[in-house]
Amino acid sequence: MKYTEEHEWLREEDDLIVVGITEYAAEQLGDIVFVELPEVGTTVSKDDEVVVIESTKSASDILAPLDGEIVEVNERLVEDPGKVNEDPIGDAWFFKIKPEDPSQMDEYMDDAAYNKFIS
Amino acid sequence: MTELKRLPLDELHRALGAKMGPFAGWDMPVQYAPGVLKEHLHCRAEAGLFDVSHMGQVILRGAGVAEALEGLVPTDIVDLPEGRQIYGLFTAPEGGILDDLMIANKGDHLFLVVNAACVDEDVAHLRRALEPEGITVEHITDRALLALQGPRAEEVLAGLAPAVAKMRFMDVAEVEIAGQPCWVSRSGYTGEDGYEISVPAAGAETLARALLGHAAVAPVGLGARDSLRLEAGLCLYGHDMDPATSPVDAGLSWAIRKVRRKGGAREGGFPGDARILSELAKGTETIRVGLKPEGRAPMREGVPLYADPESGDPVGRITSGGFGPSVGGPVAMGYVPSALSAPGTTLYGELRGKRLAVSVAPLPFVPANFKR
Repeated sequence: MKYTEEHEWLREEDDLIVVGITEYAAEQLGDIVFVELPEVGTTVSKDDEVVVIESTKSASDILAPLDGEIVEVNERLVEDPGKVNEDPIGDAWFFKIKPEDPSQMDEYMDDAAYNKFIS
Repeated sequence: MTELKRLPLDELHRALGAKMGPFAGWDMPVQYAPGVLKEHLHCRAEAGLFDVSHMGQVILRGAGVAEALEGLVPTDIVDLPEGRQIYGLFTAPEGGILDDLMIANKGDHLFLVVNAACVDEDVAHLRRALEPEGITVEHITDRALLALQGPRAEEVLAGLAPAVAKMRFMDVAEVEIAGQPCWVSRSGYTGEDGYEISVPAAGAETLARALLGHAAVAPVGLGARDSLRLEAGLCLYGHDMDPATSPVDAGLSWAIRKVRRKGGAREGGFPGDARILSELAKGTETIRVGLKPEGRAPMREGVPLYADPESGDPVGRITSGGFGPSVGGPVAMGYVPSALSAPGTTLYGELRGKRLAVSVAPLPFVPANFKR
């Protein structure tokens, strides 16, 4: 698992990268009440705003961590945004991306570095 | 930046796990561990305890105090019976709203509760207008204010002080609760039945712990207070009303009692009376309404509203909005042209560059549960 400074986690699954937000991020955002996902098939560039999430407090974006194509989205979150608070690093993944250049993963933090980042 | 003021119950909030945040110069509990959603739903199902000690408490005394205060507030205070409370507005000479407040007749004095953000201006305003008439204006700073709200509030509070069960909505009484001399009103800011309790600051923790000792009671922060009042269709000063909006614009015409209207026994005689009485007769260009976004996306304060899904300039804007936990979807309030204010009218709120349908909705979003 890798982590971005935007508090996303990235998990490799075969040749795809699964993206979600960390427990720390979910805790900071508070109760999530709205999730808007990108369309499957969208080509994205790193740092594009691809997901909108809103908590009881405010709206935030999730950025594409890599260049690539969105190949799957977690529609369940649209119906049940509270899943993001319940299980942020498990069931509540947001999207799967097929990276153009898997080496873009190298710049992201590992567990130890992320834990240090948020402490 | 000046330092935030600490509530009398500051330590208790921290011990209860509150996330604190600034509001109107005070360090306030925004939420506790369960979070805004669960706190909101708990209040609607059981009973929530709110610390609203940031609000201003003011006592007015003197011969003719009711008549004198009517010079600042377009409601009927002269006929307010002892032991009753009424909602009022301080109006400006131009007809806008300076603040909203509760006014209680306590027999030998009037007791006011005003907004935290406005208390200094309100007290100065009261002193300027009323002291020359021989009225004393006392800003009470040694009392906390707690609100116990929800369908089980009566059961909980009556367990400590049986007399409160007999109070009706907007009754006020002095009652000893948990050994503390309390000033109680049956009112609140959630749309639920409940009480607001003024208690000496030194005894506030004793009272709060006695209330929290009941299994039905959970502490509720400012976050859920905001979503509860929004679902109840209640205005937040500085957002849904301000010096630029008149009581008629704000949909608060009901707060201007008949006796102060055209043809009433004490017609006018308050700041802005010319504009406000004329608006009561003719209506206003814009008015505050409830707004229900048709999709799931919350529309918050500042979202512009359009009459057309594609073209044209904004016709209004959202002044309060968010997710309504009891409604299970987004809810909002805002100002729209009076011609587009009928319930069911479709407007469009612009969110992230897209115009999304919103319909004008009757207020409140959740039926009030007052004990009339």
